[in-house]
Amino acid sequence: MAARAGVNWGKWAVSGPPLAYLIVFFAAPTLIMALASFRTPGDFGGLAPLVAPDGTLDLNLESYARLAESTAYAEVFLKSVIFAIVTTVACLVLAYPLATLIAQSPRKYRDLLLLLVILPFWSNFLIRIYAWMIILGPNAALARGLNGVLALFGVEPVPLLFSSFAVLVCLVYVHLPFMVLPLYANLEKHDRALLDAAQDLGANAWQRFWRITFPLSLPGVYAGAALVFIPALGIFAIPDILGGPNDTLIGNLIKQQFLETRDWPFGSVLSIVLTVAALALAGLAAWIGRRGSAGAARA
Amino acid sequence: MRKGRAALWAAAIVAYLFLYLPLAIVVVYSFNDSRLNAEWVGFTLDWYRKLAGNDEMISAAINSLAIALVASLVSTALGTMAGVAMHRYRLRLLPVLVLTPIAVPEILMGVALLIFFVLLNFTLGLVSVALAHIAFCIGFVAIVVRARLAGMDESLIEAARDCGATPWQAFRRITLPLIMPGVIAGALMAFTLSIDDFVITFFTAGAGTVTLPLQIYSMIKIAVTPEVNAVSTLLMLLTLVLILVAARLSPSLLRTRPD
Repeated sequence: MAARAGVNWGKWAVSGPPLAYLIVFFAAPTLIMALASFRTPGDFGGLAPLVAPDGTLDLNLESYARLAESTAYAEVFLKSVIFAIVTTVACLVLAYPLATLIAQSPRKYRDLLLLLVILPFWSNFLIRIYAWMIILGPNAALARGLNGVLALFGVEPVPLLFSSFAVLVCLVYVHLPFMVLPLYANLEKHDRALLDAAQDLGANAWQRFWRITFPLSLPGVYAGAALVFIPALGIFAIPDILGGPNDTLIGNLIKQQFLETRDWPFGSVLSIVLTVAALALAGLAAWIGRRGSAGAARA
Repeated sequence: MRKGRAALWAAAIVAYLFLYLPLAIVVVYSFNDSRLNAEWVGFTLDWYRKLAGNDEMISAAINSLAIALVASLVSTALGTMAGVAMHRYRLRLLPVLVLTPIAVPEILMGVALLIFFVLLNFTLGLVSVALAHIAFCIGFVAIVVRARLAGMDESLIEAARDCGATPWQAFRRITLPLIMPGVIAGALMAFTLSIDDFVITFFTAGAGTVTLPLQIYSMIKIAVTPEVNAVSTLLMLLTLVLILVAARLSPSLLRTRPD
């Protein structure tokens, strides 16, 4: 009896402090933000008083209604989702051969090859954006070369920097490691005997990939897709720095509401919609992935 | 078969170049004797000299280091406890709270903490930034520590307990030394995450407090200058060393995924 009481003590002593910290500095702020989405913005930013002088409680759906009022917000959301999907697909195309190569390499090189994928991820986020400012800048070799070629065909020079192209390239660049890691973790576990068996039965390289490797790798694909899609959907620094005037994404809209317009309730609405959309789409991908791999296992 | 292998290598080399070329350009141009980051002119250390005389940059660096030190120490303590608790006990709430901050878009945590601090009349500054950094670092430390615990031989603890050690003694003398590489790796990771963080810092720093990423942000919003290359190179060097040490201490770091 005493021992059991002691065990529970230990459990709370160990899990209590981090639990308390995360309740105060993560759960509570998130909950407060959720509540703020039902309030009225204050006259000087922030929130209007919860209880008005006439005693009415300040809780309404006005900020949600605002979201539905204008198609401009829907367009920004759509654009963000499209950018995030393009980023995810581009990361998959780049990551797949890389992850395959690492998984097929001799064991002693694998950690090194993997480390080389992860290291850039640990360099500063802004530095990685800044690097593309240099590469895509109007005076850099890339822009001059490209525009030189375009001039031969009589095409007007195109700016590379401050464009959707710059935003997309950088989105792919920043998120690529998130796709390689889960893909590698999956591909590493594949049983080579399956491929040998398929070859013995006359399957060519493409058939072996498309009928065996790819379906088996779907859990890794969907895990990577979620890891890329969620942060890519909420990004604001990349369009802020590399994008043109038309490259406003949800993240920029949220930043505007909190730091410029100071309309907290509407900013909170946008943040909630962003989070729900990100988790829902990633969850959907995971669900399809499970069904897909279950189907592959049956086939 | 050999042709497929060559194509695979070619694709992988393209991907590695894509990952490293941009960073290499930043480093190379930090030594370039030209204001424009456009072509190589000649070698110089001028940009580093300029950096040493840039008071704003130095105070930003001191702020970043102070925040990272406090955030990594506190989050390592709390994250280690969380990792141990998640390994040892069947918990429902803690794993969710530990992992969600990593899984949701960063901007959500930034704005939620902004509202939270302002509503509590908590002055935005170094302390609010450190409190925010601790909150998102706990999860990363917990993951690394739990991975280390998963590879530990449980019978060692049982043996210690059989020999009369209290739970605390068993933890202090057996578990802690064994998971120490994971704990140190987690601390280094937390330090790197904190010193590099831009999004959450951007929302929780307030107007008067500047960290290195915030300073870099305001500089590149105005113009591209090789001084940014120089500070970026130094910052990359620091995080490179920290992460290589962390990866050496905890190879599982390479395989931990934040999901």
